[in-house]
Amino acid sequence: MAHYAMVIDTKLCIGCCDCVVACKTENKVPEGLNRDWVVEATQGTYPNLKTEFRSERCNHCSHATCVYMCPTGASHHWNGTNIVLVDPNKCTGCKACIAACPYDARLIMHPGGYIDKCTFCHHRVEKGLDPACVSTCPTHCMHFGLLDDPSSNVSELLRTREHKVLAPETGNEPNVYYLI
Amino acid sequence: MLEEILVSVRSNPHIDPVMSVWGWEISVYLFLGGLAAGIMFFSALMLLLNKDDEAPFSVNGLALLGPVVLSLGMTTLFLDLSHKLFVWRFYTTFEPTSPMSYGAWILILFYPVGILQILSTLRKGYPYVANLVNDIPPVAGLLDLVERYQRLIAWLAIPIAVALGIYTGILLSAFSARPFWNTGLLGPLFLVSGLSTGAALTALIARQHSERRLLTRIDAGLIVVELLVVALLLINLTTGSKPQLDAAAMLMGGSYTGWFWVVFVALGLLVPLALEYFEIRGSASSILMLAPVLVLVGGYVLRVIAVDLGQETTWINYQNEFNTQLLDRLH
Repeated sequence: MAHYAMVIDTKLCIGCCDCVVACKTENKVPEGLNRDWVVEATQGTYPNLKTEFRSERCNHCSHATCVYMCPTGASHHWNGTNIVLVDPNKCTGCKACIAACPYDARLIMHPGGYIDKCTFCHHRVEKGLDPACVSTCPTHCMHFGLLDDPSSNVSELLRTREHKVLAPETGNEPNVYYLI
Repeated sequence: MLEEILVSVRSNPHIDPVMSVWGWEISVYLFLGGLAAGIMFFSALMLLLNKDDEAPFSVNGLALLGPVVLSLGMTTLFLDLSHKLFVWRFYTTFEPTSPMSYGAWILILFYPVGILQILSTLRKGYPYVANLVNDIPPVAGLLDLVERYQRLIAWLAIPIAVALGIYTGILLSAFSARPFWNTGLLGPLFLVSGLSTGAALTALIARQHSERRLLTRIDAGLIVVELLVVALLLINLTTGSKPQLDAAAMLMGGSYTGWFWVVFVALGLLVPLALEYFEIRGSASSILMLAPVLVLVGGYVLRVIAVDLGQETTWINYQNEFNTQLLDRLH
């Protein structure tokens, strides 16, 4: 089973939000909806402040509670990978997956009504390309690849750099990593 | 100090700034689902206990309300779906990890058993209807047949009623992402509340004094059990981890304090319990109707609090710098 991960270097990210624009353009995300977003986290007390920029999206969890909660099998792991997709032809719009996501990463597609989310651009991954957000990043702070390949860029970065994931205590085993 | 703000726009409807994907449709459905469970449970139980004389409505008439109430609930459930044309997808699969999938199938099991209950008590419960259809030969034969298996049908109804009642709570409790819901106590709480509202509705409709008295006594017992489960739930929340403590704070001084303590606990449980106590002692027959009405209101308010508060509790909270109302100016 292919285990994909995204690794984002918070030391290089400048919070320009190009990843957000790239996603909207590539995936034709309707106005008013977002599959990814950028968070600015500031910690400390003046003058000892530390700022971190994080480009966030669906974490394509290995233990994906949204997939487990879906009553129709519309939310699923794509082709045995950890990429979580929604099949609009199976989705009833019951919104259980939205409530099941601890990262609030899912959204109701309008005007369609089915549930939409980040796909890790699986249509590009299929062709050997990086997701749109990764390939557009002007500071090259975003990386994408296979964790089960020890020689991959993402494996190398996680081996050599200090990193974290968001809210690991949820038990969802998220696969978007942040280098800190 | 840690301040986390969104620097790009995120204004996904019903998710930002606070999750509100489930509204009144789900609260009403959970309430009516519990009520239908209570109706099926008591109509079957009274029949099995041979309460024909003491509680004739429960034994012979009550079952008719089950499918009616559940159908109303399923209607609001359907209204909630945002991709309605694909509703049939619930019934082309069974997902063993999804409580909602179990629920969808329990709802389907409810109908045949509920209808058999009605048919097996039709001649006694609704003699006018029975007389109308009795002349049609297969109908008379059918009624004879189901009457013979009356007790077996009631035995089938009990587990389905319990499954439906407890499922409405488990549905919410299985969401690890929502700290307020994520406790196994929600299943028993919704079950006992559903049974209590079922008993209250029956007491409200029943004409015979002995039947009202019996159901009032049962309801008083159920309210005591419900109070205990509510206490356990609060102990669980207030001694939990940070996300649970945040959820508890919303009941202990936060925005849901009034609704929870005044409307649900006081008006929905304690006041009807006191009224029912006096009623059982025979000193408060004039306010007979008030207690069951309050129980029904309390049952609904419990569902509203659970659905609304639960969605607001989360693991991650960002401040959104973006004013979503500005989007409207784009047009």
